[in-house]
Amino acid sequence: MTTPANTPTKKMVDVFSDIDRDTALKANPSGYAITELAAGDDRILTLTADLSNVLAEFRKAFPDRYIELGIAETNSVSLAAGLACCGYVPYIFSMAPFGVLKCAEQLRTDVDYNHLPVRLVGRLSGLAMGYFGTSHYAVEDIAIARTMANTTVVAPADPNAALSLMRATAGLAGPVYIRIAEATEQVYDEVPEFGYGEWPRLREGGDITLAGHGMGAGLAVQAARQLAAAHGIEADVFDAAYLKPYDEAALVASVRRTGKVLTIEEHSEVGGLGSIVAETVARHKLAADLAQAALPDADLEVGVPAELYEYYGLTVAGVVTRALDLVKGKAA
Amino acid sequence: MVGNSFSPSGAATEQARPVTLERGRPVTDTELLWRADWIRLRTVELIAQAGLGHYSSTFSCAEIVATLYYHTLRLRPGEPRWPDRDRFLLGKGHVATGLWPVLADLGFYPKDLLKQFGKVGSPLNDHPNMRLAPGIDFSSGSLGHNLSVGTGMALAARLSRRDYRTFVLTGDGELQEGQVWEAAMAASHYKLGNLVAIVDANGFSGSGPTSQAMNIEPLPARFAAFGWLVREIDGHDVGTLRQTLDSLPDTNSKQPVCIVARTRKGHGVEFMEKQPQAWHLGLLTPEQQADVVAEITARMKLTEDGRSAPAGEGSTK
Repeated sequence: MTTPANTPTKKMVDVFSDIDRDTALKANPSGYAITELAAGDDRILTLTADLSNVLAEFRKAFPDRYIELGIAETNSVSLAAGLACCGYVPYIFSMAPFGVLKCAEQLRTDVDYNHLPVRLVGRLSGLAMGYFGTSHYAVEDIAIARTMANTTVVAPADPNAALSLMRATAGLAGPVYIRIAEATEQVYDEVPEFGYGEWPRLREGGDITLAGHGMGAGLAVQAARQLAAAHGIEADVFDAAYLKPYDEAALVASVRRTGKVLTIEEHSEVGGLGSIVAETVARHKLAADLAQAALPDADLEVGVPAELYEYYGLTVAGVVTRALDLVKGKAA
Repeated sequence: MVGNSFSPSGAATEQARPVTLERGRPVTDTELLWRADWIRLRTVELIAQAGLGHYSSTFSCAEIVATLYYHTLRLRPGEPRWPDRDRFLLGKGHVATGLWPVLADLGFYPKDLLKQFGKVGSPLNDHPNMRLAPGIDFSSGSLGHNLSVGTGMALAARLSRRDYRTFVLTGDGELQEGQVWEAAMAASHYKLGNLVAIVDANGFSGSGPTSQAMNIEPLPARFAAFGWLVREIDGHDVGTLRQTLDSLPDTNSKQPVCIVARTRKGHGVEFMEKQPQAWHLGLLTPEQQADVVAEITARMKLTEDGRSAPAGEGSTK
């Protein structure tokens, strides 16, 4: 198997450190959002298993409402369930691979089955920690989280969307998984407002439906621009911000119109947005061609994230190519 | 008097103005022993109704459950979610069968609900579900979780400045789960003297002697090393149980408490004590059940003869 590149041309970004307030929303949207939310809701607590630096601002503002649990993720989830039983709304900030995958059973049994308002903020999802090795990947997390019956799953497209989605889900009575992608491009000029479970339409078109979450939403927008400018193809573009519940009505209406759907996600091709679309198309007996820009259901390469995204086609060019193939009927 | 362990508390009339069962309700050792056998008897009946159940694990902690619910815990059966109640978490969730008759007797729900035990749609099952059964502070079934949950509840008490205690009953086999020790670390780190772990150390797990599968001893030294205040007692000696629970440090104290209760799996039924493993999960034949009921009721009768017996209780229906 070929490697992405012999000499890395792109560098790892330090995604661990919180920074000053002026740039905090862009650099650490979930940390920014939780500090804002906690100011208005005394019930909110934060917990981490040795990830305190992403909450520097929160800890400064609310030192008594931060609970450090050391490198013990499973304990952090069950303990949060105990706090939630007593009237608190705990936000666990975790590296997505450890928070979701290692704690899948605690999330299901202690949090989801008991309908408790525990929020898991999964930082560093997808390939964000690519260089550290596959142990640090979270490409199965949506597949797992969306099978939990009472859990809301959201994946913000950019910092403004993160703030919007964290505000929108703060008051929910049940569990929430907030999947933070690190390699996002700006999609929203300001904090968007949209309803629970809705997919904001980012562009309207009738030739192909593009739907992406996290970095996939930004890629979809940029690819749609190129498809229109260079190829005269008009894409119907959605920010699949909610993965559970998802915007079934918007998806079905768009597919009826375009007959073609390309999903874009920093997640395995199994169980994520691609599967949501396929299940919906089958359930509604729609005639549609589907394609995915996603990570293969295979052993993944290790490297600097930006290069991995190129390698796996999670780039504007990669999405344009997939979209053209789909429109021309070449997609598998 | 509601505090009397032998008085059914009549939930229906108390729901309008919830009555608090205070900590340290007066009860004699004889009454607690009787109650533990009453739990065994009801457990046998419920398992017969459902068709399968965990006898010997339930029997090993019958005295512990009786002492907690008829003496120690501060509760409001008419207001199960009362924020100041003491919490009780059944880490070893497979013994919930022994808890259902207790909660019914104290008035958390009508006794008729016991007839639904084990049936589809019933709130009462082999393991407890907090969303279905009043009086259940947390669901359980997956071993190793509840000490973490209880640590969260104890931490919540600190944050909200409430003086409730959180008790977690674990099995000894359950202590093989690594998450228990993550919780043990966190509880002492956060100085949760309002948290009490009670280990029903009956020495057996589902498939054999606990420490033969994976050695967990010395339990007292292990919990002490994790920063807990440890008491090691005979878990069937209700006098010692009562005194140990009566002398718990103040909830503002700085060390979580672990009571290692040495018990016998199957305690109270001779042939189960001899073969605890065989009766971890099973169903008594009608003949065996008759023998078990006879053995337990004979002992209860003796207990009653030694004191003034409660009216209308103790019969096998």
